[in-house]
Amino acid sequence: MATIKFTVNGTARSVETEPERPLLEVLREDLGLTGTKYGCGEGQCGACTVLLDGRPTLSCITPAREVQGRKVTTIEGLAANGKLHPVQQAFVEESAMQCGYCTPGMVLRTVSLLERNPNPTDGEIIEGLNGHLCRCNGYHRIVAAVRRAAVLAGKQS
Amino acid sequence: MVDYALDRENAEPERYELREPPAHIFAVNRREFFGIAGAGLVIAAAAQQAAGQGSARSGALEARLHIGEDGTITVLSGKVEEGQGALTELTMAAAEELRVPLSQVRTLLCDTDRTPSDGITAGSRTTPGTVPGVRRAAAAARTLLLTTAARQFQVEATRLEVRDGAVTHGGRRYTYADLARSPELAAAYKNPPQGGALTPVKEWRILGKPQPRVDARDIVTGAHRYPSDIVRPGMLYGCVLRPPSYGATLESVDLEAARKMPGVIAVRDGSFAGCAAPTSFAARKAVEAIAAGAKWKVAPHPSSDGLFEHLKKHASRDARPRGERGNVEQALAAAARRLKASFQVAYVQHAPMEPRAAVAEWHDGRLTVWTGTSNPFSVRQQLAEAFHIGTDRIRVIVPHFGGGFGGKHTGEAAVEAARLAREAGRPVKVCWTRAEEFMWAYFRPAALIEIEAGLDARNSLSAWEFANYNSGTAALGTPYRVANVRETFIPSDSPLRQGSYRCLAATANNFAREAFMDELAEAAGKDPLEFRLAHLDNERIKNVLTAAAERFGWAERRKKRRPGVGIGLACGTEKNSVVAAFCEVEVDRESGTPRLLEIVEAFECGAILNPVNLRSQVEGCIMMGLGPALREEILFRGGRLTNGRFRAYRVPRFRDLPKTEVILLDRKDLEPAGAGETPIIAVAPAIANAVFDATGTRVRSMPIRLPRR
Repeated sequence: MATIKFTVNGTARSVETEPERPLLEVLREDLGLTGTKYGCGEGQCGACTVLLDGRPTLSCITPAREVQGRKVTTIEGLAANGKLHPVQQAFVEESAMQCGYCTPGMVLRTVSLLERNPNPTDGEIIEGLNGHLCRCNGYHRIVAAVRRAAVLAGKQS
Repeated sequence: MVDYALDRENAEPERYELREPPAHIFAVNRREFFGIAGAGLVIAAAAQQAAGQGSARSGALEARLHIGEDGTITVLSGKVEEGQGALTELTMAAAEELRVPLSQVRTLLCDTDRTPSDGITAGSRTTPGTVPGVRRAAAAARTLLLTTAARQFQVEATRLEVRDGAVTHGGRRYTYADLARSPELAAAYKNPPQGGALTPVKEWRILGKPQPRVDARDIVTGAHRYPSDIVRPGMLYGCVLRPPSYGATLESVDLEAARKMPGVIAVRDGSFAGCAAPTSFAARKAVEAIAAGAKWKVAPHPSSDGLFEHLKKHASRDARPRGERGNVEQALAAAARRLKASFQVAYVQHAPMEPRAAVAEWHDGRLTVWTGTSNPFSVRQQLAEAFHIGTDRIRVIVPHFGGGFGGKHTGEAAVEAARLAREAGRPVKVCWTRAEEFMWAYFRPAALIEIEAGLDARNSLSAWEFANYNSGTAALGTPYRVANVRETFIPSDSPLRQGSYRCLAATANNFAREAFMDELAEAAGKDPLEFRLAHLDNERIKNVLTAAAERFGWAERRKKRRPGVGIGLACGTEKNSVVAAFCEVEVDRESGTPRLLEIVEAFECGAILNPVNLRSQVEGCIMMGLGPALREEILFRGGRLTNGRFRAYRVPRFRDLPKTEVILLDRKDLEPAGAGETPIIAVAPAIANAVFDATGTRVRSMPIRLPRR
């Protein structure tokens, strides 16, 4: 067992855990943050995506020891004071979800994508999100949501 | 023996449902009226027997609607939400008839203690079966509000109307909340109204208009709790010892290694063994520890290499035709031309994003389970059999779960979690891993389909013989005009556990039929579109074919040729809806892999209830259909899958997105039909036909692949 101290959604947290345990399970089981989803355990579907020091990271294949002293943002940490993040807003407005299980990962990936590239082309959106699976196959609506998010984020800044 | 009467009654007529005894029957050891109701008004409606998916209690009045004294309106349905949009659709249906905004209605889906049984959520039956039931109950409530208000105001009800949830007259106002508090409430309890006039389509204000999902905010914030997210006080995490191969049985296992671990409980009960621990990591370690010494008796199992020979060899000898008219032998003998072909469709996995999950909790001999299943009342039955208790002591709650596509009609994780929870004396959660979901969930049946057809001297279809081995009867019948027909479904011995998948066998049957229709058109020297239209009496299919052909530019594009690129089309009908797809593919001759560049699909399912959700369903079907059409194929050898992970089993991704156009024909004169399945059945054959157009090679198998150069 090890003590892992890290910041989650702006709050300092400390957990006692086996250092090899996936970050995903620490978030879900120890911290009650179930918005981050398990999809495959092999880093192939993106459902478990969180932002680690601002970079999209697959929490199912990230051992807990790797987050020592670092900052993690999960889907629960995105809306500020009850106001949806522009990316979340765009996913709602475009109805870019069916079962919605892949949505948290898609949203966090999009946040990161738009930070690096505020006006992506459809081709850049497709490349940026290709590591994420949606088995309801709502890919068209998700691409539309990312486009809309770029517009909403542009208006806000 | 196990009684599946309930399941049979609930299944749609053409369903080829997975039927099997529970995986585990454990050793024997030793409703209130719904709690949400509180005070208020309950509206019941006669249970629907729509295609057998209504309540098992035929014709019984079911509580459908509750109006609280504060005016809160709750719709109750035993249907489940798995992404297909039932929650929003049922909410819309009630709001429409009650004349209230969508935001004033909340819908409570499957909780076996609280909601009526609406049977299994499958077969595109929520729209034609459950929506009318909810509308009738809501219309009854509206009628009651009107007549009660009319008595209060002492005016004729026909002079009043309900608007924004209230009746107003001469400055006085009467609302649903007033109704729920009215002295007539007691009488209403005794004699619940059985329906009022449904709102005609042309007067719809909510139905027929695009409505975003009512639960979208909870999804984008991560607040929604899927079955795998449910947490109960003192809960442990479970992990199950899996056999090393299909058919292997547990001979012995020593649990001591696990029991020595802190906080771990371990149990073996017949064929079942598993552990529960304070974290899922610890539970996995515990199962690894007992797995090391477990002894198994393995059984021989066929390989996917010889699959179609196996299905043919083990075919039932006494299958009788499902459809037969004329004399096929005579017509074939008299035909000017005869064509014959055999088609193969591989096993595929649903692979929903959320693998099977359940939380189970025992309290005073009663069991409560939260799980993701489309068939909650059957899961309750499975639990009753596994634990030798009455269904009245079991409550199954189904939170909106992460996808099913026909693949979650069973309750494996629920049974496993319940067994571990009973051992632990605490709630236990079992979440399957992706590897478990691939190997131990069930599959879409593989199909071998043989067709022989005859053309007469005028190049019209005169004979049609169609045989489906193993995969099922959905869309077995041809929609084309032909006088001499024999259509047969021949069950076989499936090496893999198989069951429902989006649109069942209709995908396989339509793939073979539509690909073969292209071959017949070619033999007849006809354009594939003209050949189909000439053999169709179904105006609805003709309409979607024509609409899509125009948008795609079929006639012009047939004249332009590009090397390595081809176009194709397919159509079909199932579950009272019709579809046509036109597409363009490019074939890389080095790899032999076709790529879908463009698809235009027209779909019609009667009057459209929610265009936003309908479009999502059609787009989703196109992309989902693309997977088994081009790549997905379950491979197995020695009783194990050889590609049971996303790295090897390639489902569609963003990069596979074709240029897509969806045409929705809104037939306001027809009753709404479900839409979550049929749009998938035209995708694969349209691609196969385009591959032929590009290469001159007929590929008669799914996935559609050409030999590598």
